[in-house]
Amino acid sequence: MEFGLSEQQTALQDNVNRFLQEKAPLERVRRYSEEQQERADDIWDGLVELGLPALLIPERHGGIELGALDAAAVCECLGRHVTPSPFLSTAVLAPTAILLAGSEEQQNQYLPEIAAGNTTFGAALSEATGARRDAGVVATNSKLNGKALFVIDIYSDNYLVADTNNRLYVIPSDAHGLTINTLPQIDRTRPIGEIIFNNTPADALVADDQGSALRSVIDIGRIMIAADTLGASQEMLDQSVQYAMERRQFNRVIASFQAVKHMCAEMAAEIEPSRALLWYAAHTIDEDSKESHLNACHAKAHLSEVGSFVGKTATIVHGGMGFTDLLGLHYWFKRIGYNRQILGGPESVREEAARAQGLC
Amino acid sequence: MDLSFGPEYEAFRQDVRKFIETNRESAPRGEAMKSDRVRSWQKLLIEKGYTARTIPQEYGGHGGEPDIIKARIIGEEFARSQTPGGLGGQGISMLVPTLLELGTEEQKKRFIPPTLAGEMIWCQGYSEPNAGSDLASLTTSAILDGDEWVVNGSKIWTSTAHLADWIFCLVRTDPEAPKHQGISFLLFQMDTPGIEIRPLVDMTMARNFNEVFFSDVRVPKDQIVGKRGEGWFVANAILGHERDSLGDPNTTLTRLNRLIELARQETMDGQRLIDNPVFRDRMMKIQARVMSLRFNDQRVLSSRINNTDSRLARMISKLQGTELRHDLEGLAIDIMGEIGLMYGRSDYLTDNGSWQQQYMYFLGLIIGGGTSQIQKNIISERGLGMPKEPKFEQKAEA
Ligand SMILES: Cc1cc2nc3c(=O)[nH]c(=O)nc-3n(C[C@H](O)[C@H](O)[C@H](O)COP(=O)(O)OP(=O)(O)OC[C@H]3O[C@@H](n4cnc5c(N)ncnc54)[C@H](O)[C@@H]3O)c2cc1C
Repeated sequence: MEFGLSEQQTALQDNVNRFLQEKAPLERVRRYSEEQQERADDIWDGLVELGLPALLIPERHGGIELGALDAAAVCECLGRHVTPSPFLSTAVLAPTAILLAGSEEQQNQYLPEIAAGNTTFGAALSEATGARRDAGVVATNSKLNGKALFVIDIYSDNYLVADTNNRLYVIPSDAHGLTINTLPQIDRTRPIGEIIFNNTPADALVADDQGSALRSVIDIGRIMIAADTLGASQEMLDQSVQYAMERRQFNRVIASFQAVKHMCAEMAAEIEPSRALLWYAAHTIDEDSKESHLNACHAKAHLSEVGSFVGKTATIVHGGMGFTDLLGLHYWFKRIGYNRQILGGPESVREEAARAQGLC
Repeated sequence: MDLSFGPEYEAFRQDVRKFIETNRESAPRGEAMKSDRVRSWQKLLIEKGYTARTIPQEYGGHGGEPDIIKARIIGEEFARSQTPGGLGGQGISMLVPTLLELGTEEQKKRFIPPTLAGEMIWCQGYSEPNAGSDLASLTTSAILDGDEWVVNGSKIWTSTAHLADWIFCLVRTDPEAPKHQGISFLLFQMDTPGIEIRPLVDMTMARNFNEVFFSDVRVPKDQIVGKRGEGWFVANAILGHERDSLGDPNTTLTRLNRLIELARQETMDGQRLIDNPVFRDRMMKIQARVMSLRFNDQRVLSSRINNTDSRLARMISKLQGTELRHDLEGLAIDIMGEIGLMYGRSDYLTDNGSWQQQYMYFLGLIIGGGTSQIQKNIISERGLGMPKEPKFEQKAEA
């Protein structure tokens, strides 16, 4: 029995962390967000070189055929380093959708290109987890009309789109009748936007039966987002402990104040068990288990709560410095804030968890 | 990730299940400590190796090889079927492991077999009125007089002292030594002359713990575990054992499942509480915490099997396990509303008032065995490497 990451998974994390530490430290992330760069190609190229877009893609399509737990392990690194990258949509959401709902031909068309890092994806799925305002995409004869809000990874070559009937489509970003607007938001490491469709031709992923592919895409996406929060939370705790050991007040390091120690202990006590929950949830996706939907909901909602607690507490441990831009701690705070709302806020996701058990 | 224990263990799980199915009729149903039913159930479980599994037969145990997976499966299956497992209590969960590790051969032979059999009941005499979290400042004294220790002082919060045959007790044998080094670990009978027990009523209205007063209690010199002055070390050898057993996630899961049932049954204005989204949301929050702690526990188990590090994961379990259980029981009370206030005998009570009782009881467990604040000290100091609490001169208070 082995409950936890395997040696290969830990090695994968070491590789990704090492690359991000060297090539995408906070200064690089700052430049990306302050200059409102659209893509961070240098970072993405490095991730491609590590083989990350190929992670979930079967070998027959040029991928390396690993699983959700491996992808979650990567997302944890991305959260830890607040990395700008279209990994979520490109390496996880789109391949999962195309594998589950695409024809053989569509798989051959898209998957090898994704695996090779030749193309990127964004994902317009927000309405499937709760539409806001007047958003919604309607399909007639493979033409899309309407509006998709909060499209993830908006600066991408293609989009995965869900319509109001829970069917999935692929469109290139230069498709006819497409208006793309970025939406300003707190987390400037992961640009989102709105897409307005005007008789836009789309490639329908037809093998889907009644939205079950969409549901799986959302489940795995939620686990990735939870993993991102886990990484960001762990980083905030580590920074808090380190800062507290250096900062002196009243002639002693603030880490010697019990109030500060207890804040740190509480963060650790919340983070540790949520890590186990996340691993288990990802594992049940890989096992294609019946519980995977429930577990994905719980991982997403629970880590959202843990993340909010850690984001707040870690900031407080840093005092005024935590509130400034100087230190950059807010990058993690905002990353966690984004993760909390995207693909379903905790209340509605918990309601789904209840429904999954027949409680409503 | 590989969550299977393998076919050998699945077969073992089936054995345990079959045993429970066949025998659960003879399990105790809340009988008194030394009743025939309790003792014969314990005997049966030892025979089968479902309790006292790794304790050698010469000390009254089953004499099996250590196997943490089997131990886990036994725990899971008894909890799942809500069947009472082997006897617990401070004698079995704390004293026996201590004696196995640090007792003399004579002490092991004398004390372990009757303790395991449920015939010798123990209480734990550690806390004193002025020594709680700061246990090492205890002042109950024992002075050697010929072949006997003479014990004077008092203990407090001593659970089951009124039912116990024996006490394992921390006493100060060397008042001049630094505070952690002047303590010894004594064993003596509760009917020794000079012991007075006064019950304390706790907030559940039970009389479970007591004040215990010692005046010139004479204890044979050899009833000491470890050497004179090593009592602190002896006691700490097993404090970890106690912590591991508080807030067990398997029992918590059983309670959660029952809680969900409760929410399906209870109604307000004719509406089932499970149909109220606010309560449903609170239930789902608790469910995620229960799952997290269960998987955390599996991770700890796995790292023990595979010899990897999960120190922090282990350190948080008493803190989180007891806090969660208290919150879970409290949610049940909120679901019941005014019925959740009922206490004592009433036709309106659900589950014999166990929610009300456990809600309060777990507040006690948040405090006992090292309070949540003390746990946080431990997590931050030993887990995160933050500085230890500053020490103040003892004289400062005078
Ligand atoms: C149900 C129950 C059963 C028990 N059974 C037994 C038993 O059988 N035998 C036995 O010997 N004892 C027993 N105890 C006693 C138990 O171990 C003590 O109550 C516990 O260690 C706390 O000590 P105290 O009550 O003196 O509280 P105190 O130590 O006075 O604590 C009061 C408050 O101060 C806080 N505090 C104290 N020190 C610190 C610190 N360094 N940092 C931060 N906060 C601090 C505590 O967290 C707490 O909130 C039992 C207690 C309970 C509740």
